[in-house]
Amino acid sequence: MKILVAVKRVIDYNVKVRVKADQSNVDLSNVKMALNPFCEIAVEEAVRLKEKGVAEEVVVVSIGPKACQEQIRTALALGADRGVHIECDEMPDSLVAAKLLKEVVAEEAPQLVILGKQAIDSDNNQTGQMLGALTDMPQGTFASEVVVEGDSVQVTREVDGGLQTVKLTLPAIVTTDLRLNEPRYASLPNIMKAKRKPLDVKAASDMGVELTNNIELLSVEPPAERSAGVKVADVAELVEKLKNEAKVL
Amino acid sequence: MSILVIAEHDNQSLNPAMLKTMAAAQAMGDDIHMLVAGEGCQAVAAEAAQVAGVSKVLCADNAAYGHFLAENISALVADLGKDYSHIVTAATTTGKNFMPRVAALLDVAQVSDVIAVESADTFRRPIYAGNAIATVRCNEAIKVVTVRATAFDSVEATGGSAAIEAVDQVFSSDKVSFVGEELAESERPDLTSARVVISGGRGMQNGENFALLEGIADKLGAAIGASRAAVDAGFVPNDMQVGQTGKIVAPELYIAVGISGAIQHLAGMKDSKVIVAINKDEEAPIFQVADYGLVADLFDVLPALENAL
Repeated sequence: MKILVAVKRVIDYNVKVRVKADQSNVDLSNVKMALNPFCEIAVEEAVRLKEKGVAEEVVVVSIGPKACQEQIRTALALGADRGVHIECDEMPDSLVAAKLLKEVVAEEAPQLVILGKQAIDSDNNQTGQMLGALTDMPQGTFASEVVVEGDSVQVTREVDGGLQTVKLTLPAIVTTDLRLNEPRYASLPNIMKAKRKPLDVKAASDMGVELTNNIELLSVEPPAERSAGVKVADVAELVEKLKNEAKVL
Repeated sequence: MSILVIAEHDNQSLNPAMLKTMAAAQAMGDDIHMLVAGEGCQAVAAEAAQVAGVSKVLCADNAAYGHFLAENISALVADLGKDYSHIVTAATTTGKNFMPRVAALLDVAQVSDVIAVESADTFRRPIYAGNAIATVRCNEAIKVVTVRATAFDSVEATGGSAAIEAVDQVFSSDKVSFVGEELAESERPDLTSARVVISGGRGMQNGENFALLEGIADKLGAAIGASRAAVDAGFVPNDMQVGQTGKIVAPELYIAVGISGAIQHLAGMKDSKVIVAINKDEEAPIFQVADYGLVADLFDVLPALENAL
């Protein structure tokens, strides 16, 4: 089977973000960017399915400015076979992204589409589910285990009370949770090889999808600061303060 | 135009997060209907009918909705939701699972994890693991919104007397089936709604040591949480994880034990009213948000704390 993996370029998860002085957005100039951690897990899972002989080809797709190609190359170095870059200047919102991905799904006809459960910048947790609705594919979100069996896939999902397992008829959508796998590191030879793997570039504006974003960003502010409190010397003082000062006991 | 709130429940009772979700819905408009879809969920519908602010309960009782599979629920909600101005639910794993499908079926963008309602179309929501708060205006005809329940106060669970109307539409996808579930059993209060939460991190060293938290949790009526490090190390199951990728909690008292305070953990608990940090590393970032910090070995502190309570 063919697996399509969608990846997103986001701010590195270790970076403490700064809000711009005019509160128009967060400041992304000169900050370290990386592959979204959940997308990395999606790539790893696809590559593992290929190594098990379940999948023949792994195609990665990313939407955004030209710089996204760095993240596609990263995914290729991790073991994906080829890349598709859908180029646009502004990052689209989840619905527009899902519509663009739907076009790629129509062209590539993958049996399995794997996405991360959420991007750590917008924290939306929407795109995989929206793509499921648009393509009428069943979905296994927040997956911690994925087992392909013939023409279906069994997905164990992380839900609030514990775990839930569902069986989906292929083609299907899976979104990854953190515990699905531990992504490998790309070796230098693989990074070199990835440079020669094919990467198609398409303009988002040519794909017949209206690129309007209907969620308008009015302002971005830093959250209310929590200031450091006091250090207590021992347990007795802690309990005394919680009882008499904070009054929470 | 009215607001449709999708109830989360286990076919026996309403999830307490719905009372908080109702408070958010009331800030968007007044005529609020609640959809209770499930299997054998009449008791939940009766409970929903009493919730303050609910003017009508729609009850879709069918085997297709028993396990709340996103494919079936989203088709039902999109069908019923066409005539509403807002479709709202809690940003739990259930809500996060089906709601974006509803939005896409209606061809509208969704606003996730709202922490404040400024007006009927303007909302505040955290981005970048809570390190920035975005104010967004939704220009869609139907606003599809998930709510961070911990950011709102519960409405009264009783006092309402809404009419219950049966819904006959059945949407049942043949592309998905429920195989099974493995729910963690716990006598303790639910993590997301507990008044007190005590969490352990990598500093707990192993799963057995989490027993040290139990005595304290019992005395305080607290829920027990964990950092991602503790979950990834296999100390405790993942449904105990507090953080950007786990549960978001905002209890009155949060006690972080052996947790360094990584960005992703803080995203899940920094709206707690009072934060206590117990850590032997005085440089740990958790002390920058803690109201009370105790620099000491947790293996000395925990037994002493249990005795002192």
